[in-house]
Amino acid sequence: MLKQAWAIFRKDLASELRTRYAVNALLMFVVVTLAVIMFSLVGEMLTPGALTGMLWVVMFFAAMSGLSRSFVAEEERGTTMTLQLLATPSAVYLGKLLFNLLLVLVLNVFIVALYVLVMDQFSIRQPDLFWLVMLLGSLCMASATTIIAAIIAKANTRGTLFPVLSFPVLLPLLMAGISATKIAVEEGQWASAWPDLQLLGSYLVVVTTVAFLLFDFVWRD
Amino acid sequence: MHVRADALVKKFNRKPVLAGVSFEVQPGQVFGIVGRNGSGKSTLLRIVGALLSPSSGSITHTLDGRGIEAEHLHRHIGYAAPYLTLYEEFNARENLQLYASLRGMPLGARDCDALLDGVGLPLDRRDPIRSYSSGMKQRMKLLFAVMHRPPLLLLDEPTSNLDSEGIAAVYRLVEEGRERGAVIIATNDAEDIRRCDATISVEAAC
Repeated sequence: MLKQAWAIFRKDLASELRTRYAVNALLMFVVVTLAVIMFSLVGEMLTPGALTGMLWVVMFFAAMSGLSRSFVAEEERGTTMTLQLLATPSAVYLGKLLFNLLLVLVLNVFIVALYVLVMDQFSIRQPDLFWLVMLLGSLCMASATTIIAAIIAKANTRGTLFPVLSFPVLLPLLMAGISATKIAVEEGQWASAWPDLQLLGSYLVVVTTVAFLLFDFVWRD
Repeated sequence: MHVRADALVKKFNRKPVLAGVSFEVQPGQVFGIVGRNGSGKSTLLRIVGALLSPSSGSITHTLDGRGIEAEHLHRHIGYAAPYLTLYEEFNARENLQLYASLRGMPLGARDCDALLDGVGLPLDRRDPIRSYSSGMKQRMKLLFAVMHRPPLLLLDEPTSNLDSEGIAAVYRLVEEGRERGAVIIATNDAEDIRRCDATISVEAAC
């Protein structure tokens, strides 16, 4: 299964590098969103909490605009059946999850780098904690959105359905992620972030396990 | 490969497409599914390939006396159909290498050449298969179906879009498939039907 998953990941990566479908759209989305935020907040003094919230809003909507591509692209190109004939459902899920994980990690690093660059008031006091939250948040986001993308790929209104379905599923992740990021930005105390880190870890385990169990039913008609 | 279907029913949004279809395919047999357009031939073939679940009824696949679970059936079947789409952003060799790596089979450059040559595809083309003609794409689909030498070959209108040379290649692959296991063809083509050992006629259920 691992070899098959790796082959699917490599296929998706090669396809993305060749078509640049998701990457270009995502980068443009991030640049435009940050530009709007920057222009609308000229001269405003924002609290670290508000800055952290805005960072997660950008990360959430950027993920919503690109992470469904892994399955939607297969459905739009008509290659879902080809993949069903080539690999087991669990290998497909794992391969797509790996690709989405890479995409969301690269995306979130890019967003944070650009955010730090354009928002003078945003400073990270505890970088270790901050990047751990980003890593856990990205893992959770990739895991949850991969199974949701598989579900919505077969729907006609997939564009609007993806964020609508994702929001309630991602709510615990967003709340814990925002809270832990805020601690890393303003206080810098590991101990106070511990409950949020535990929640993120538990969320990751539960969502990934449920996704693996459910994927077979989603993938076959 | 032995295939047995019992009282297969398929409904889409409560609309029946197949109503109680039963048949049996023996090892070494070329079996034809015939019927008018819209009668459910392709739906039945998808159910046989475990790409679609029946609304009711059952289908079993047996290889060397052992039943095969639906999750692992893809390793034992080859499937080619007009509605099957390959990865058109990749060239023919990249597609073959992808299928080989997903199926866990080694595939060198010479193997690629032999496969492409076997169905009459050019060896020197490096452009994505989206630029191929419909006949060349059909040959690629046939390669996709047979390159792992499956014991059950499922072909939906296999001779569509092909010239006489391509059609001859299809019948050669069908005979090879018969020797390996069994072949099921969904078709309305008279020559395809003539090559079948047995056929079942499916009628539109609605």
